[in-house]
Amino acid sequence: MDARFEYLLRLGDDALILGQQLGLWTGHGPVLEEDIALTNIGLDQIGQARAWLSLAGKIEGADRDEDRLAYFRTQDEFRNALLVERPNGHFGDTIVRQFLFDAYAVALHKGLSDSKDDELAAIARKSAKESAYHLRHSRAWMVRLGDGTEESHDKVQTSLIQLMPYTGDLFHSDGISEQAVGEGWGVDPASLRSSWKEVVAETLSEAGLDLPEPGPEQTGGRIGRHTEQLSYLLAEMQVLPRTYPDAKW
Amino acid sequence: MTVESKHWPLWEVFIRSRQGLSHRHVGSLHAADAEMAIENARDVYTRRQEGASIWVVPASAITASSPDEKEALFDPADDKVYRHPTFYDLPDEVKNM
Repeated sequence: MDARFEYLLRLGDDALILGQQLGLWTGHGPVLEEDIALTNIGLDQIGQARAWLSLAGKIEGADRDEDRLAYFRTQDEFRNALLVERPNGHFGDTIVRQFLFDAYAVALHKGLSDSKDDELAAIARKSAKESAYHLRHSRAWMVRLGDGTEESHDKVQTSLIQLMPYTGDLFHSDGISEQAVGEGWGVDPASLRSSWKEVVAETLSEAGLDLPEPGPEQTGGRIGRHTEQLSYLLAEMQVLPRTYPDAKW
Repeated sequence: MTVESKHWPLWEVFIRSRQGLSHRHVGSLHAADAEMAIENARDVYTRRQEGASIWVVPASAITASSPDEKEALFDPADDKVYRHPTFYDLPDEVKNM
C-alpha cells in the first residue's frame, strides 16, 4: 500500500465529511446570511476533497476517480478524523467543531505548502487561502457566542468540553506520517499541535471560554475505526450513486 | 424583548470591483456587528469574483433625501442644458476632449 495514497485519503476524507456535514445546514442556518456562509464553507471543503481524492486516485493507479473513492468505499475504508464526523448538533456545536478543525487546517495547509510533491503543495497553497477565511469566520463566531449571552456562552462551553477529546486524530502520528515526513512530502501531525493550541487558547481567552482540562483523547479515524455517526452520514451521501451508478446531473 | 432587538441591524453593502473605479451599492444584509457584515457581504455579494474591496455602512447611518423634496431638489436642473458638455460646440482643432 502506498503511503502517499493513505495520507491523501486522510486529507480528502476530512474535507469530504466536513463538507457533507456543512451541506446539511443548507436551508437551516440561523439567518439567511449565515446559511450562505456555512454552505460556502461546505463547498470549499468539497472542492478540497475533490482535489485530494483525485490525486489519491491518480497515485493509487487503480482507475478510481474522486467519485469512486467518495461514493464506493465503506465506513472502515474512510480515513477522516473522528472530529469531523461528530454530528452537527446545534449551531454552537457546528461552530466549535469547525473552529477546532479550521485552526488545525490552517497549520496543516501552511506546512503542506512546502511539500516536495508539487501537486500536493499546489493543492495545499490553494486550500490555505480558504482555510484562513474559514478560521476567520469560525473564530469570530467563537468570540461572539462565548462573549455573547449567558446561554450562548454555556452552550459553546459545553460543546467544547464534548468535542475536544475527538481532536486526538488530528495530531496522531504513525507509520504513514513518519514516511511522509521522511520523504519530505507530508507533515507530521504531532508537530501541528503547538500552533493549533496557541490559536485555540488565544481565541478562548478572548471569548471568555475555558480551555477544557486535558483528558484522554479518542483516536482511530485514521485507521478506519469510526463512530456510529459516520455510517448515517455515508448512507445519506452515498445512496444516490450506489442506487443509480450511471446517474448524471 | 422588543421587536428590534430580535433582529440584527441592517447594513448597506458597497463593492469595488476589480475593474471599477468607485464602490457601488450592491444591496443590503443583516449582521450583528461590522466584522460579521463584512464576512456576510463577502459570502453574499462576492462569490463570483465581483469584488476587490468591500464597504459596509449601518443603514441607520444613511440620511436619504425625501421623495417629497424631489421637485425642489432636482427639477431646477431641467432647464440648465449648458451644464452638459454636449451643449457646447467644440472646434475641430480641439483634440482629446
